Amino acid sequence: MQPESAMTPGLDVTVLVSVGRHPLTGRVRRADQDARGVELARSLANAEVRLLHAGERNESSDAALRGYLGMGFSELALLEQPEGADVLPALAEALDATSPHLVITGERAERGEGSGLLPYLLAERLGWPLVSSLAAVESVENGVATLLQALPRGQRRRLSVRLPAIVTVDDAAPAPRQSAYGPARRGTLEASMGPVSNDEEWAKWQVQPARPRPKRLKIVKATSARDRFKAAAAKSDGGGGQVLTDVTPTQGAEAILTLLREENVLQ
Amino acid sequence: MSDLPRRDPRLEWIARNRLHPRHEEVLVALGQGAASEWPGPNGLVRKNPHRVGFIGPHGVKRIDRSGTQQGAMGGKASTPVADRKPLIEIAEPAFLVAVVPDMAGGRLSGHDKDLLGLARRLADADPAAQGAVVAVIFGPHKETRFGEAGIDRLLHLDSPEVTGYAPEARLGALVMAEQAWAPRHWLLPDSKLGGGELGRRLAARLDERPATGIWQLEADAEAATGWQCTARGAAGSLDIRRPLPRIALALAECAEPVSETRHTAAELALPQPLPSTLSRIQDLGQVSVDPASVALSEAEFILSAGNGVKDWQGFHHAAELLGATEGASRVAVDDGFMARDRQVGATGTWVTARVYVAVGISGAIQHLQGIQTCDKVVAINMDPGCDMIKRADLAVIGDSTQILEALVTLVTQAREEKRDAA
Repeated sequence: MQPESAMTPGLDVTVLVSVGRHPLTGRVRRADQDARGVELARSLANAEVRLLHAGERNESSDAALRGYLGMGFSELALLEQPEGADVLPALAEALDATSPHLVITGERAERGEGSGLLPYLLAERLGWPLVSSLAAVESVENGVATLLQALPRGQRRRLSVRLPAIVTVDDAAPAPRQSAYGPARRGTLEASMGPVSNDEEWAKWQVQPARPRPKRLKIVKATSARDRFKAAAAKSDGGGGQVLTDVTPTQGAEAILTLLREENVLQ
Repeated sequence: MSDLPRRDPRLEWIARNRLHPRHEEVLVALGQGAASEWPGPNGLVRKNPHRVGFIGPHGVKRIDRSGTQQGAMGGKASTPVADRKPLIEIAEPAFLVAVVPDMAGGRLSGHDKDLLGLARRLADADPAAQGAVVAVIFGPHKETRFGEAGIDRLLHLDSPEVTGYAPEARLGALVMAEQAWAPRHWLLPDSKLGGGELGRRLAARLDERPATGIWQLEADAEAATGWQCTARGAAGSLDIRRPLPRIALALAECAEPVSETRHTAAELALPQPLPSTLSRIQDLGQVSVDPASVALSEAEFILSAGNGVKDWQGFHHAAELLGATEGASRVAVDDGFMARDRQVGATGTWVTARVYVAVGISGAIQHLQGIQTCDKVVAINMDPGCDMIKRADLAVIGDSTQILEALVTLVTQAREEKRDAA
């Protein structure tokens, strides 16, 4: 089914998955970016994919994690942690022990602090290179992966990185497949205890549901009332532009071309 | 010739005598324009009420009593706004606030300016012990107004190692800056353009827990750094209030940009050259993306067509050749020339392009709303009085078909010359 191109046999991939939160209803679910990471790992030919989760275990989180199993996995490794714990030491130890070639994570968590720091801290701790916002893995050859990084404005950049490496995916990665109910029920969660370190700072902070940010007001800094009135009454963005009248089409086109070159939008 | 001003009593007399046939030209020659007030021969102030005011945009005479219009008529060049702002020099800063702007497209973006405004708030909080804002900039740039954005010191690193996508080399440079000056705060934009990534890397390397997604800052004497911040957490669904740490990644509109002062933006250099690091990530360059596949809302360069376009084949060809994403006004969509998902404006897509070329679009208010955030707007239109021309940074009045044809020819020529040279 998948192209058996120049993939190293047995590429060992670990996907770090988390429990997500639906933005509208607030219910737990598989996290969107992590699910995209799983989808990316599934699309790698000849790869052995493992799922790893560290966190609190209860009924609702189990249901959310089974969503990942429904993407075609029989088991998911689960490092049990108390509520509000820092999962970094547990994950770092688990990754050190299994030493995969490639670790895929989402950009940031959908619950908790959600600072997006975990992959960077893991990379720093393990001493591995990190590539952020991945769109696709093009090939893996001789321990070097060629990756496609997503840039803003739909642009892509090609990178090559020496494995082992940590990569993060964001919304530019391929959309995840639907989770199938049967495999999700049949799969097992292999729970184990990892090292626990409490996050004391997090407990001290005030956390509340996000309130809408105030809209920025257009503040007119003028010394006289007349200037303020003029600013309030003036049509926005009037004037200031260069207008070329009575020019030949070629001259007009040259002026446009100069501007396009200055702005560096022509390939 | 001596520099003493020479008076010509005869010309002055003509200037006073508004019935004199040469009155107008003499006024112009004396640099007074059409003066409405002048001192008479006996010391009386003489006024010409017909000369008061000016003709407004609709052909109606407007009288402006504030006096500024009179001054403008006098023909004196007014000083530009930038020069009138007070220049602030901080020779001996008590501490440093380091900012690493994104510099997307080689210029300070709106996000960068907001961040510099935040840095100024941190630096200027205590007038007795004022801090200086240091901006660290990588690669070549086109920005000329660093001082107006509130930068006191500028560290510009332009070596080949840190240009392009080089997070490891840039991180090395920031760590060197940290060792050299130990700034009290590090501020980075929490953006996808590299700032968010570099800030997190820096925090991981310096082993500091940063605050991400900051959007508000308040002074608080009880906090360790003297500031309390509010940050977005959990995919934007939580507000976290916490003391401001040393490294902070701030969202856009976190503070007002600097507007009232100028700063020196003095060049700064690292004490040692950058260490040569073996990069494990290699940049193989940008991949060309089919512009038609890029979503209109995030396209960088849009060629948009309106009612004035007659040659649709030529338009599509030009868009393909220029590598622009195609857009359209509502009329072009309603008439069936373009697909509905290509419509730009309040009723279609709000675009964020850096360069927007409007071909044959007169600029309905809904359309102008949709292109509000575009940096550079180019208009090609037959009607010199339309609203799009007023909005445009460059407007070419003429037949759009011919101008697009000429543009295509020029681009093809340039490419062929390049190919021949290579």
